[in-house]
Amino acid sequence: MTTVALPVKGEERYVSSEARIISDARRRGMGIALVLISLLMLFPFGVDVSRHDQTTFFLSTGTSVNISPLTFGVRGVSIGLAIACAALGVILFATGRFGRVFVIFSIGIAMFLWSFLAWAARGQTLNLVGVIGVTLISAIPIIFGSLSGVMCERAGVINIAIEGQFLIGAFLAAMVASASNDLWLGLFVGALGGGILGALLAFLSIRYSADQIIVGVVIVAFATGLTNYLTLTLLAPYQNTLNAGYVFGNWAIPLLDKIPIIGPDVFDQNIFVYMAIVLLVAIQTGLFRTRWGLRVRAVGEHPEAAETVGIKVLRVRYRNVILGGVIAGIGGASFTIGSIGEFSAGMTAGLGFVALAAMIFGRWRPYGGLVAALLFGFANSLQSTLAVLNVPINSNFLTMAPYVITIAVVSGLVGRVRAPAYDGKPYRPQ
Amino acid sequence: MSDTLATDPAAGAAAAGGADAPPKARRDWERYFRWMIEANVVVVTTLAIVSALIVGAILIIVTQPTVLHAWGQLFSHPGKTVSVTFFTVGDAYRDLFTGSIVDPFVFGHAVRTGQGWIAALTPISETLRETTVLSLAGLAVALGFRTGVFNIGAQGQVIAGAMAATYVGFEVHAPIGIHVPLCIVAGAAGGALAGFIPGILKARTGAHEVIVTIMLNYVILDLLLYAITTQPFQQPGQQNPISRTVPTTARLPHIFGPNLRVNAGIFIAIAVAIAVAWLLRRGTIGFSFRMVGANPNAARVAGVDIARATILVLTISGAIAGLAGMVQLSGTDYFLSSGYGGNVGFNAITVALLGRNRPLGVVLGAMLFSALDVGGRYMQGTTTIPLDLTQVIQAIIVFFVATPGLVNEVYRIRGRNVGQSTLTQGWSA
Repeated sequence: MTTVALPVKGEERYVSSEARIISDARRRGMGIALVLISLLMLFPFGVDVSRHDQTTFFLSTGTSVNISPLTFGVRGVSIGLAIACAALGVILFATGRFGRVFVIFSIGIAMFLWSFLAWAARGQTLNLVGVIGVTLISAIPIIFGSLSGVMCERAGVINIAIEGQFLIGAFLAAMVASASNDLWLGLFVGALGGGILGALLAFLSIRYSADQIIVGVVIVAFATGLTNYLTLTLLAPYQNTLNAGYVFGNWAIPLLDKIPIIGPDVFDQNIFVYMAIVLLVAIQTGLFRTRWGLRVRAVGEHPEAAETVGIKVLRVRYRNVILGGVIAGIGGASFTIGSIGEFSAGMTAGLGFVALAAMIFGRWRPYGGLVAALLFGFANSLQSTLAVLNVPINSNFLTMAPYVITIAVVSGLVGRVRAPAYDGKPYRPQ
Repeated sequence: MSDTLATDPAAGAAAAGGADAPPKARRDWERYFRWMIEANVVVVTTLAIVSALIVGAILIIVTQPTVLHAWGQLFSHPGKTVSVTFFTVGDAYRDLFTGSIVDPFVFGHAVRTGQGWIAALTPISETLRETTVLSLAGLAVALGFRTGVFNIGAQGQVIAGAMAATYVGFEVHAPIGIHVPLCIVAGAAGGALAGFIPGILKARTGAHEVIVTIMLNYVILDLLLYAITTQPFQQPGQQNPISRTVPTTARLPHIFGPNLRVNAGIFIAIAVAIAVAWLLRRGTIGFSFRMVGANPNAARVAGVDIARATILVLTISGAIAGLAGMVQLSGTDYFLSSGYGGNVGFNAITVALLGRNRPLGVVLGAMLFSALDVGGRYMQGTTTIPLDLTQVIQAIIVFFVATPGLVNEVYRIRGRNVGQSTLTQGWSA
């Protein structure tokens, strides 16, 4: 087999259109945004707050190393952070020389969030470990979904069907785990279900050159209809045997779970969190640092060229799309046997499409998708936190927050993205 | 294998000829018949429907306890097994038909006695009523696809249109001749706004329309929930999340008397379908839309302002989806409630694809889907089979229609359009 003669290590330089180039206009815009945000921190969260209002942030939970809670005056901290944030904004506006633009911007946003949470929780307490935990848990299905998308689309097959693979995975995992009383079998069958839908997508779009978006949309409709139908005809009448709601327990990883703050959030979780981490690292490394990844990307970018050097284009596509389906199936299983156990009709609530958006947002890269998923998860966590803190914002606007933030980030920070060149285009060997 | 089958009819007939070729007249007839089978979309669609019904039947058989019980007695009472299976599936499909098109017995009774016309015509009236809304939403999505824009936001745009129409409905007081057109304009404007946002964001910042439209669906749904639990939208004196009811002057009139719900929205749908067809075929804007869809780079070189075309197509698409919401509201519901619109926005994508993004195709596809929905609801009421069966059937129909090669192989037809080109344009970023 011929080896593709392209540098594997550090090949990013050769793919200029994927490099992160930030225009001066966008950098200035970010600077202005930080200054505006700092005004918000200065007045409503700072000067307007009573001198005596204090907030307590808890930094540990029962099981982890005990860190004493952080208590501080909201007014002083907010004003201080506002000044720092404004300074960062001015730096960003004036010059792009001090470090990376995204890092500076993120620090500013983090300051804003700290000040906002302090304001929201004034006179009360807030557990930061809990906030981070909910962020991660809400991000898990989206991580699996976007990884599934990356697997398929890097090989040139658009996978709109993530939502459908989620549903089948969730349904089968819950049903099989319940019927066999074996969670691992449930997980396996759930993944298999996702894989079968992946195979269907691959079969119709590769063998018959069917339009990939059509097939994907129809798989979602099919899976939705089928799981709704089977929920009413099978799960509802036999709730106790087929939908009893078994869930994987948490496994604490020794030592790592003692890391302050993030230890219990990341290393005292169930199998799905660990699988997500392993898959993330494996796929990111695999795609950008191995021969396999180079071949996959060659198939997605230029299948004729790949075929010329001896890569079996169709085989790569089949394998990746089926694996992508398996990953989405696992993500689906996390909805049931990974969190609440029981399956209910339409329980994935469109998160498969959110995962699709996360993958685009992350520029068809695993880590990019992770950032998007965490952002979405954080917005989700913020929403439930604020609801608990009785912040005087209508609950409908709070539920809206993750979506609005995503739109703002996509249009403000991410900008134009470029899919793999042959994404969505059928390939017929010559 | 499929490539060798993909011969054109003339060549196929010539090959079928040969040494002892049949008389010329018969060959002409044969060629025509062959063409009918090989090239005709109708055949593929019919076979797709047949296949979907077969899969649906299997699904009924393996999930209905009575049928499974009968299969348990296959060896002791084989006749019973066959009859129970046959009648369960048969009853379901009969109800699917009589609930959505016409019940021959009720219809015959109406013809003989002149009584009961309402009951005889209700099924078809309901199907047409749903077709109206679904074809509008489907046209919105199809217009986007033709321009290479993937508008997943029809759901949100439908809701936005319905909200705007409701607001104008209960806030404005005018005679019906003015009020209804105002509501139509409001509905289109509401949807257009919801489509303009992803359009301007894509054109100005490069934000991908798939992300923005998906997210806007949720945002608009939350806005709806907010609106119907607060003034001025919420019905005064109500704790439930429902809006005020629009007055009769803001309602689309029923065409065939008060008891059949098919309404004047049907004319809006027809007008929009013709307008979209005209726009794409003859209009300058439509031509630039199709250019952008077919090859954005060529369009740019030819001087098409792609940013403008994107904004325009998403706005028009949103306006059409908004009209769907307006028709649903002013024609049928008259007030908003939570979960408004069901999943019409998602079905719209499927219908657009089923109709191959052609206006007439979309309308026919919407008719098929609506008939299955309406019939499915009737079937759910008369049998123990859930409505969701019809969604599975719908999905399988589109599977087969989208892959004519598969139909050709399963039914051993000599396919013509094997290796057909794609209808959508990927991410077209």
